[in-house]
Amino acid sequence: MDLELIHNPFYQRALATAGFIGFANGFFSGFVVLRRNALSVSALSHTMLPGIALGIFLTGALSQWNAFFGAMFAALLVGLGSVAVARGNRVEQGTALAVLYTAAFAAGIALLPKLDTRQELEHWLFGDIIAVGNTDIWIAFGIGAFTLLITNLLMRPILLTLFESNVAAAQGVPVRFIQYLIFALLVLALVSSLQAVGCVLSVGLLVTPAATVSLLTDRTSALFWGGGLIGGVGSVVAVLLSGTLGIAPGPAIVIVLGLLFIAAYLFSPKYGLLTPRRR
Amino acid sequence: MSETHHDCCAHHGYHHELVIEGVSVSYRRVLALGNISLSTSCGNRVALIGPNGAGKSTLLKAIAGLVPRDSGTIRWRGTAVKKWSREFAYLPQREEVDWSFPITVRGLVEMGRYPQTGWWRKFTTADGLAVDKALESLALLDLQGRQIRELSGGQQQRAFLARALAQEAHVLLLDEPFTGLDRNASQLLGDLLAKLAQEGRLVIASHHDLNTVPKLFDEALVLSTRALAFGPVAEILTPELIERTFHEPAGSR
Repeated sequence: MDLELIHNPFYQRALATAGFIGFANGFFSGFVVLRRNALSVSALSHTMLPGIALGIFLTGALSQWNAFFGAMFAALLVGLGSVAVARGNRVEQGTALAVLYTAAFAAGIALLPKLDTRQELEHWLFGDIIAVGNTDIWIAFGIGAFTLLITNLLMRPILLTLFESNVAAAQGVPVRFIQYLIFALLVLALVSSLQAVGCVLSVGLLVTPAATVSLLTDRTSALFWGGGLIGGVGSVVAVLLSGTLGIAPGPAIVIVLGLLFIAAYLFSPKYGLLTPRRR
Repeated sequence: MSETHHDCCAHHGYHHELVIEGVSVSYRRVLALGNISLSTSCGNRVALIGPNGAGKSTLLKAIAGLVPRDSGTIRWRGTAVKKWSREFAYLPQREEVDWSFPITVRGLVEMGRYPQTGWWRKFTTADGLAVDKALESLALLDLQGRQIRELSGGQQQRAFLARALAQEAHVLLLDEPFTGLDRNASQLLGDLLAKLAQEGRLVIASHHDLNTVPKLFDEALVLSTRALAFGPVAEILTPELIERTFHEPAGSR
């Protein structure tokens, strides 16, 4: 390992960011896995590209803040739009989401040639954690801390809602509020990982950690804390490896998490493919 | 709120009344329930019967506060129930539950304590005892550490009943509880519902098997969007009424 690199302040910042975003998003991935909506997370993250493009188009420049708000605006618009369309009982929400996000993505692609910042846009697609500035770090830390705080405070009503919303509502849980809240936090978590892994790879951070844990244990709380642990440690290790191996850190994070998932799938003591059946 | 309400009928003969008056529900301008009224009291098992799409599930959901009512009132023990009551427990149809959710039987029953604990309060010894008692009375103590997907259909139904008991629910609203159970499991569940009613609870369940209604229920509401008849099972289930309810010519509804 290249020890010089460790003393580089850019590198240190990248490691801290990877660890923190990895933990926060890994924790949140527990909700994504319980809610079985990994596909809508993927749809929402693709929506962020046209959001960023729109932000640049309207303001004429690419900055952290207009990318952040553009991405959030687009994700909220498409996400809430799909909920509203599904309310009509005619079109199912997954269908509505697929229609809206592909249309938005296409609009983003159509808008791209009109912008002269195309080069930098690549970096929003796949992220560039080595280039994180102080603003990015504070955005990521702020959002991550907020998400962790809220979800821990509301863990009980959230789990009741995710398990069976009708029974929860009959017990007085404000189910609709909780569902919108989870959705809003999901969008925030996606936006917070934009800088580190970009809008395409952020899906990996928000699904894989808890999916891995779900192969290893049946305990609900382990999905969150174990997901956070895998996400945080996996991301740090990936950034360290990426320096040595000479690959981009964003993809490295998602590859390492993917490999951990495959390892769990094959060798999990309880559910592994290669584990001898006891029953 | 009475602490001893579970024993009301068995011990001092109170009959806490549930009075439903003129309840209507529609989904997007389509009338699902029209002007339903009935009056019953704890200690009874009430069957909601009628053809598919008659509004049985909707009525259960309306009582539980899960769907908004267009009109009508629901009064329980003399007080109007605005949206939901902690004395009501709703048990969904088995196929609507995500049984692969990583939770143990005990964890599921502990969820019943939510109305008591609220969003933050820690579990106390009293909560733990209520959960133990609920598990015991539904013969689930030995299974409490199991994942819910590892239960049989009858055991899954009992786990949700235990959750309702842990909640100290007085009115149990069950959506098709007997669907998909084999004969032994049906028998066991029937006995349990009889016991729960005898202890003073009010059991209301949608049910589609007319043959078993007399054995499993005390009263019945025959529904087809509107209430066609309500009363003791023996008086209600006349051949003419069954004919009218279930064999209407297509297109007349």
